[in-house]
Amino acid sequence: MTLIASNLSIKSEKNYHLNDVSFTMSKGEIYTIIGRTLAGKTTLLKTIAGLISPDSGGLAFDGHDFGSIPVWKREIAMVYQQFINYPHLTVYQNVAFPLKQRGIQKTEIHRRVKAALSQVGLGGFGDRKIQALSGGQQQRVALARSLVKEAKIVLLDEPLVNLDYKLREQLREEFRGIFDTKASEDSILIYSSTDPVEAMQLGGQILVMDEGRILQQASAKEIYENPISAKVSQITNDPAMNLFDGRIEDGCIVLSPEIKFNLPSHFNGLPQGDFTFGLRAAAISLDDNGFPFSVELSEISGSETFLHVRHEGLKIVGLLNLVQNFPVGGKVSIRFDTKHLYAFARDGRLKSSPYGGLQ
Amino acid sequence: MSLFYSTLKYLVVTLWSIFVIAPFLWALTTSFKDFQSVTNGATYIPWVDFEPTLDGWRSLFKSPAQGGVAIVEPFFNSVIVTAAGSGISIILGTLAAYSLSRFTFRVGPIRNGDITFFFISQRIMPPVVLSIPFFIMLGKLGLLDTLFGLILVYVVLLMPIAVWIMVDFFNKVPIEIDETALIDGCNPYQAFFKVVLPNSVPGIIVAGMFCMIFGWTDFFFAFILTFTEVQLLPVAIVALNSSITPWWSLSAAALVSVAPLVVVAFIVERYLSKGNLSGALK
Repeated sequence: MTLIASNLSIKSEKNYHLNDVSFTMSKGEIYTIIGRTLAGKTTLLKTIAGLISPDSGGLAFDGHDFGSIPVWKREIAMVYQQFINYPHLTVYQNVAFPLKQRGIQKTEIHRRVKAALSQVGLGGFGDRKIQALSGGQQQRVALARSLVKEAKIVLLDEPLVNLDYKLREQLREEFRGIFDTKASEDSILIYSSTDPVEAMQLGGQILVMDEGRILQQASAKEIYENPISAKVSQITNDPAMNLFDGRIEDGCIVLSPEIKFNLPSHFNGLPQGDFTFGLRAAAISLDDNGFPFSVELSEISGSETFLHVRHEGLKIVGLLNLVQNFPVGGKVSIRFDTKHLYAFARDGRLKSSPYGGLQ
Repeated sequence: MSLFYSTLKYLVVTLWSIFVIAPFLWALTTSFKDFQSVTNGATYIPWVDFEPTLDGWRSLFKSPAQGGVAIVEPFFNSVIVTAAGSGISIILGTLAAYSLSRFTFRVGPIRNGDITFFFISQRIMPPVVLSIPFFIMLGKLGLLDTLFGLILVYVVLLMPIAVWIMVDFFNKVPIEIDETALIDGCNPYQAFFKVVLPNSVPGIIVAGMFCMIFGWTDFFFAFILTFTEVQLLPVAIVALNSSITPWWSLSAAALVSVAPLVVVAFIVERYLSKGNLSGALK
């Protein structure tokens, strides 16, 4: 059972919402579409659902043309980022709604609704009105409604984005278990997110989208280790990977007249010339023998500190494993962990990664 | 300072309340007076200022031959015309508004917003401008001085109100609700009737109330388009104001004409202040 998209394109007057999107998805897998806002994630999910018709290209599911099947006859379920439920129905009635539409017997509906509600942790909430639930509970109802259908394709459009941080963390953990179960039930689970951490945590296959295009489709590990372009590296890292222009010259990397360092061994095959170098925030550290930078901003986040520093035109963000307030404008010495340095061509294509990607 | 503003606030509210309630109080007391009490000047306290009588109220249910004022038939005519006009307007207006809210219409330079404005624009025109074509058209169709003719005119007059209110309401209903219904197995008609419509009840009630108010209180078209066969309540009440005005009957009739709107307003009051979509999209 596969879902195959071939050259899907949707264009408005000025922009592409989807631009020549092709992919193959198989049952039993979780696929995470990651991209920034307006990257085309929701458009792609709605196209799969049949809510939007592509201008060109097509979708095939299980060998059949998906385009000719109306939304209400497709074996799909969808959870939106807004907590979409039917306000005039109780929690039980909400979850039972898709089953009633299918004309399933009452006893079977009762069994499945109870199972779905208990799966999402809403066992005793059947008689409640939707308005009486918290945001997290409302999203659980929406998830239960999508699970109860036992759909072949489950679409989850940033389902946690509107929840507060704590609840998001909690539900992410809980949902992951549910998704794994669901995926193992011969479903294709497609999850969209703007959050790289979420995408990496869910594992499975990742599709990186930007401006309506799929930039890369690979496993979470592969995307992390070998992002195909500078754009992918930025989208899939939080904070975004630091990118800075420089040159390889006489066995050195030259970022500015003052900032030069030796070529790391994994760059040995690269020719001399101009490159865009990439380094994750975690590979930046404080070191008395480092390069002089001035502090632009420091943000404490839990047990870590995001340090925004600048040296002339070179701006970088470091993720320091300490909790410390740095005065704005103060001087710090920064070390680059060149073992983790990426090299991209000036047009953004990956040239070399610390994990052996390309050369 | 705050005491001053607080006092001022209460003073303004009190004055406004008096301003609003005074006519009702006047009508209420007058409806319990007889000829003698009315001609004695302005008096308000029964049993103290005047001896109350039910003659005014009894006259509503008597024929003119029995000394009554015959407003029972006009009352039910008004009920029929208002209910039918409002009902049809709400049904057609809700369907039109849903289409305008959810589907994109393009005819040359005309877009959804323009079509919505076309609906509303005919309410901008003074009634007298509309009355002439209405009179001619109903005359040609043989529908002058008929309930059906009035209902048709009221549908034309009330539907823009329904469309205007319901377009705004549907625009606030997240389209994702419709989409979720489709995904959950509803075809577009089922999605509308099973999901969108039940969640639009507050909007429909508000639109219905406005239609009823406009329909029930209309005097102009009811006066222009009817003669002898059909009479609506506002026209019948005004007709009482003749050379010898029975103020007690007129007051009772006026209160009867206001009563349905007061009842409706109390019933739907809670829908005017809040919607019912808080669980759809938090």
